[in-house]
Amino acid sequence: MSYVPNTVAEQEAMLREVGATSIEDLLAPIPAEVRLKRPLDLPPALGEPDVRRLLMALAEQNADLDHYPSFLGAGSYDHVIPSVVPQLFKRSEFYTSYTPYQPELSQGMLQAIYEFQTMVCELTEMEVANASLYDGSTSVVEATLMAVGPSGRGEVVVSRALDPQYRATLKVYAWARGFTLREVGLEDGATSLTALQEAITPDTKAVIVQHPNFFGSLEDMRAIEKVTHASKALLIVAITEPASLGVIAPPGAYNADIVAAEGQSLGSPMGYGGPALGLFATRSELVRRAPGRLVGKTVDNRGQTGYVLTLQTREQHIRRERATSNICTNQSLLALAATIYLASLGKQGFQAMARQCLQKAHHAQQRIAEIPGFSPLFSRPFFDEFAMATPLPAEQINAALRDRSIIGGYELARDYPEFGDALLFCVTEHRTRDEIETLATALEEITGSAE
Amino acid sequence: MSVEKLIFEKGAPGRHSDVLPAMDVPEQPLDDLLPAEFQRATPAALPEVSEIEVVRHYTHLSQRNFGVDVGFYPLGSCTMKYNPKINEETASMPGFARIHPLASESMTQGAIQLLYELERYIAEITGMQRVTLQPAAGAHGEITGLMIIKAYHESRGDIHRDIVLIPDGAHGTNPASATLANYQTVELKSDKRGGVDVAHLKEMLAKYEGKIAALMMTNPNTLGVFDERIVEIAQLVHDAGGQLYYDGANANAIMGITRPGDMGFDVVHLNLHKTMSTPHGGGGPGAGPIGVAKHLVPFLPGPLPAHGREGYYWQDAGPQSIGRVRANFGNFLVLVRAYTYIRSNGPDGLRHISESAVLNANYLMQALKSDYLLPYDRTCMHEFVLSADRQKALGVSALDIAKRILDFGMYPPTIYFPLIVHEALMIEPTETETLETLDEFIAVMRQIAREAREEPSLLLDAPHVTVVGRLDQTLAARKPDLCWRPDVRAGRPAEVAETANTR
Ligand SMILES: Cc1ncc(COP(=O)(O)O)c(C=O)c1O
Repeated sequence: MSYVPNTVAEQEAMLREVGATSIEDLLAPIPAEVRLKRPLDLPPALGEPDVRRLLMALAEQNADLDHYPSFLGAGSYDHVIPSVVPQLFKRSEFYTSYTPYQPELSQGMLQAIYEFQTMVCELTEMEVANASLYDGSTSVVEATLMAVGPSGRGEVVVSRALDPQYRATLKVYAWARGFTLREVGLEDGATSLTALQEAITPDTKAVIVQHPNFFGSLEDMRAIEKVTHASKALLIVAITEPASLGVIAPPGAYNADIVAAEGQSLGSPMGYGGPALGLFATRSELVRRAPGRLVGKTVDNRGQTGYVLTLQTREQHIRRERATSNICTNQSLLALAATIYLASLGKQGFQAMARQCLQKAHHAQQRIAEIPGFSPLFSRPFFDEFAMATPLPAEQINAALRDRSIIGGYELARDYPEFGDALLFCVTEHRTRDEIETLATALEEITGSAE
Repeated sequence: MSVEKLIFEKGAPGRHSDVLPAMDVPEQPLDDLLPAEFQRATPAALPEVSEIEVVRHYTHLSQRNFGVDVGFYPLGSCTMKYNPKINEETASMPGFARIHPLASESMTQGAIQLLYELERYIAEITGMQRVTLQPAAGAHGEITGLMIIKAYHESRGDIHRDIVLIPDGAHGTNPASATLANYQTVELKSDKRGGVDVAHLKEMLAKYEGKIAALMMTNPNTLGVFDERIVEIAQLVHDAGGQLYYDGANANAIMGITRPGDMGFDVVHLNLHKTMSTPHGGGGPGAGPIGVAKHLVPFLPGPLPAHGREGYYWQDAGPQSIGRVRANFGNFLVLVRAYTYIRSNGPDGLRHISESAVLNANYLMQALKSDYLLPYDRTCMHEFVLSADRQKALGVSALDIAKRILDFGMYPPTIYFPLIVHEALMIEPTETETLETLDEFIAVMRQIAREAREEPSLLLDAPHVTVVGRLDQTLAARKPDLCWRPDVRAGRPAEVAETANTR
């Protein structure tokens, strides 16, 4: 399979045109001592049908969510994706374009991103949003770096209820950049307010809390905000499940300074965790410190409305070592998918979707709680995820669910040994009552409480 | 010329499309499930449009966008090659697109196997020992690589190395990444032939003795020229205790011909969204895996895909690993596309790609150097940089030339980069363009050079046939309008506008 269009004869003619006798003449600047003197050791080329067969065979070894109802969330969520979303964002005028450096030929993408920024502002009730970052975890990192500022020093307080993978990512950047992380412990599956108060010092630049948190629980964000802003720290709200914003109070309502979120829930395929969609929003007065691309509205030389990349003096291609971030390529196509998704669900549909998640998750939690040995691990309100103590080791339950073609919950002990045997279940609007019943019945069978 | 309204300006209250599943569980009162203080007071003012309006709107927007599928896209440093359709098909297979990253290994054997094999292919192509697939783009690979280098120096108690050397032609992400890793950057001059000025390098190595953490460079560099003194440069930096980072943005020139590992580099990133044909998506997603030499393997982020008696699994990183640089395993669906591409092309195909990319670039360069200044007049690799200095003397800039190119249904070259060339026009045709397209571009560039002499206003007022004319960048930056304000939306209740605007 080759995508090089020019024939051998054409290439020979081109070589003559440039005054070379062979391609070797053009490669002459590459010294012999660094040349690869053998072919690359890779499998031989395959034709299109053979490649398709090969990839199909690999794909079929994976448990896809169409065949395995999933009760696993923990950062990646199985929401309904309306068919218009992939049909539209996969239009190749979009996906085969580069970052819109030449706005006159990129108005489609620029306008879509402007709409995206608006929708992110609407969802979060923040004043400005950027054009996307890599994913939720790196968005939290960028938010933290922004709060820490150019010195790279200071302290950052982070809740233990922040997604463990996000905390791990943050730890690496904190070490490299040179700021200190302090972790705040939990109380009833939420950030401990007393511990938070104790952790904050005059050196604290930011407080990071996930909402809903990793256990699906809702935090007391108003109290957290007070404690945070009583010092000069910025409040960074991490969100891994933005579907929650259809029904729970958004960060703008409780004075968040920066929102760093994962937008996969909004119309992107789960794709084994990537590409994902980093959402980033903040207050207007902080925009010049923000990372990433921003699209702004302007006019052309005929007075017509148009869109451009703007406030670029923050960015690496201009500011180089003093840039607010090193990001260049982002996740625009997924931002486009989110835009189409949100337009498609619309004002009513987005709320209705969130309420379905809430209702179905509570139905499932109540149903599972009826099974002997299963009990809610925490008592706080939740959105579409909830933690249950289990009567058997969590891995054993999940293995048995797997045999029944069900993807079970997240085994909390992987990251929180203090909770012992427990599963974090997720139930979105995509799950049906029948699937929930199948899960509950399976749990009954597995734990021996079935009649 | 036309304007497309925003989606918010379309539709009518109450309009929607029916896309939700049945609400099939008994509904409980909202207040019972969610105490009032946690509830959202005002719904997000999302559009209220029907399905056909959504479809028409985004179809219209797509028609206002230009991609490789529409026409020639010689955007230097970006490798805008054709994105094979089979890659899109494989990445859409439900067994890849609809799998959960935290599902058990036994349920994701095919995914781990693909990543396991891809890691090895990339290691072979770059000449490195092992690879992490986590980084989401080139810049993410850069910071990851620099953190690995930092961990390596620290592991040896070598804690005073705080300087990264970066050639003056480097991409902006290089210095920005160095800052992120808490390094100072020192700029290296280029010599008259466009390579690293070795005398200046020696001077800097002596000046900052014991302090050099790394040299970041790309080869071929951003001028499109291959630095013939690479072995000497690598030797000098290694002798000074530094590590060599390879920015792989230009790897489309070298596949199967030479490898960064064989040139002496210790860390390499590849931009799969350039070299490996994965689409750039209008700005992303990409993937920026990095390969490292043997001595840096213990510092790689984890987990890494592994293979044992029970099949494929994720192996936790060892005690010296820097940790993870993102959630999950990388931009998986981009990696599926890259895997598909490598399997489609095979070893000879990859080499043929690079050779053809080099040939196409040289063909354009030879044809254009009489009309435009070629500051570094030597055989180029996969791209080359012209200067519009001659046209500038006539009052026409690189920007004006770029805007005029738009009128011919082509995307312009990268402009004003690299910074070391005045009025730079950086041209990368890639291997997937036909001879006719190259000839057409040559004709367009020659016509524009003629217009610059004879009718410069054609350039100064360009573009003429795009959906909008030249846009006011200054206005956009002076009065940033970054989101559609609900308070200027006709027909929206005032209180919606107010809540949405309070912080
Ligand atoms: C030379 C060079 N280095 C680094 C990068 C950064 O790569 P990415 O945009 O994938 O982060 C680019 C891409 O624009 C580049 O051209």
